[in-house]
Amino acid sequence: MSLSFYDVELDSRLLLGTSLYPSPQIMLDAIAASGSDIVTVSLRRESSTEKSGQAFWSLIKSANVRVLPNTAGCRGVKEAVNTAHMARELFGTPWIKLEVIGEDDTLQPDVFGLVEAARILSDDGFHVFPYTTDDLVVADRLLNAGCRVLMPWGAPIGSGRGLNNPYALSSMRAHFPDVPLVVDAGIGLPSHAAAAMELGYDAVLLNTAVARAGDPVAMARAFALAVESGRTAWQADPMMPRDMAAPSTPVLGTPFRDL
Amino acid sequence: MSTDIEIVGAGVAGLCAAQAFIERGCRVHLIAASHGIDDSCCSWWAGGMLAPWCESESAEPLIFRLGLESLSYWQKHSQSIQQAGSLVVALRRDRADFDQFARRTDSFARLDRAQMEAMEPDIGHRFDMGLHYAEEAHLDPRKTLLGLLESLRQNELFSIEFDRQLSEAELASAPRTGWRIDCRGLAARDSLKDLRGVKGEMLILESREISLQRPIRMLHPRHPIYIVPRENHRFMVGATMIESDDRSLASARSVMELLSSAYGLHTGFAEAAVIEIGTDVRPAFTDNLPRLRRRGRTVHINGLYRHGFLCAPAMAQRAASLVLDGRIDEDVVDENTD
Repeated sequence: MSLSFYDVELDSRLLLGTSLYPSPQIMLDAIAASGSDIVTVSLRRESSTEKSGQAFWSLIKSANVRVLPNTAGCRGVKEAVNTAHMARELFGTPWIKLEVIGEDDTLQPDVFGLVEAARILSDDGFHVFPYTTDDLVVADRLLNAGCRVLMPWGAPIGSGRGLNNPYALSSMRAHFPDVPLVVDAGIGLPSHAAAAMELGYDAVLLNTAVARAGDPVAMARAFALAVESGRTAWQADPMMPRDMAAPSTPVLGTPFRDL
Repeated sequence: MSTDIEIVGAGVAGLCAAQAFIERGCRVHLIAASHGIDDSCCSWWAGGMLAPWCESESAEPLIFRLGLESLSYWQKHSQSIQQAGSLVVALRRDRADFDQFARRTDSFARLDRAQMEAMEPDIGHRFDMGLHYAEEAHLDPRKTLLGLLESLRQNELFSIEFDRQLSEAELASAPRTGWRIDCRGLAARDSLKDLRGVKGEMLILESREISLQRPIRMLHPRHPIYIVPRENHRFMVGATMIESDDRSLASARSVMELLSSAYGLHTGFAEAAVIEIGTDVRPAFTDNLPRLRRRGRTVHINGLYRHGFLCAPAMAQRAASLVLDGRIDEDVVDENTD
């Protein structure tokens, strides 16, 4: 089954951010190597007015991928909503990755503001991709507010710690079997991305792990492989871990050595 | 017979180019749209760190090579150069960033708290870990630009015209004799379509409470900053990097971030006087690397990005050998004409 967000079908299950690369050229090469169909673009910091960042926007457009603008760094509902409107005008897309940050050091989502902003934006025709925690009640409220995708964190933004609470992520998967789920933030290594996919997540979204790698292009490729690997593993129905060893070669016909 | 060279632009690229061609015996005429060496060019706002080792944490090896050459050039040609190395510090909680910075650079000494306190008594005790890059240096960009112009003026092969903006028609073809070296920075976007602007904001603070011997880079996940000491108790605090070509004003958010990072480095900066809030836009190509781009008898030196003082002398040398010897350094020469 292919991936779809708001009725848009996609091939790649890796979403890539566009900040922090050593140069736009390396960013473009990394996007190509990742095979991503979607890149996130943070509006807030890239241009102080709508027109002045044109050169960078046209570079991103030249990558020929779908843009998911985001409200990175927004601290309140109003700020996030305004940024979303600017993004819609600039990129001509109803998609918005909604971030409402509650605390500067952890960059933890302000889930109260998030739900409120998600409702305002959904009512206004936006297709909201909320960056949220792994809290199930919050997830439920976001769906009620109109979101049709959920993006829980693996760990705090930029921390590279992987999946802090795999249990919570698994229960989210079990709780919302039909909602596209994306692990967003905290991924540091391809193995983290593979682990998220093995939990049955639909996609992963990351930025720093690629952009700040010594060789971002090679790392983008590594993540593409990991995401594909994890997805295939999930579809293949992995074995369950067990407490005791089980022989992988047949024992029929061999003498009972331990008698 | 000496070759005629017309240079357009009086930023660090233009002045270094003038110097390089004069040294080769050319007659150089420099044309600039500004009234003089002033705040209209982005070199004026530079930090003036000559830090090829630190920059190679994220920049390509080319920047390091050009940087080393330029460093030895400035050691000869800048009156204000200070050879005190530079110091990279981080708070304990940003240890991962610090370790990564160390892993991706070399030629540093690791300092503990006591060693840092000995080196920079005012801030050393605030940090548990530091890296000292002894071979790096810093200069005062404004003094250096003015000094370069002064020494060029001493040379009878050199002439200069300020307040002159070349028209589109004039720029369309090289002068009748000789070559044009176009060093206009972002203004050359009319002919270099792949040039873009990267906005930078900086502060000049003045404090008698704090004294620093060398540039300090403070690593931080959100607001990495550097502080470069200047004469008369002044400090340059920089610099933001924003994908934007709006050079009009600094944003409140950027100024707040710069100030709070400076305060994080030393609480005494809370009492500092804010002398200047500067904004300009760095010219950069898509790969953030500098280029010489030749079109007929015009050679552009452009795309110096955040590495103006670090690359300009080396790029000027390459421009001179391109024009006078036909020698092409393939790492920087780019004949693509759109």
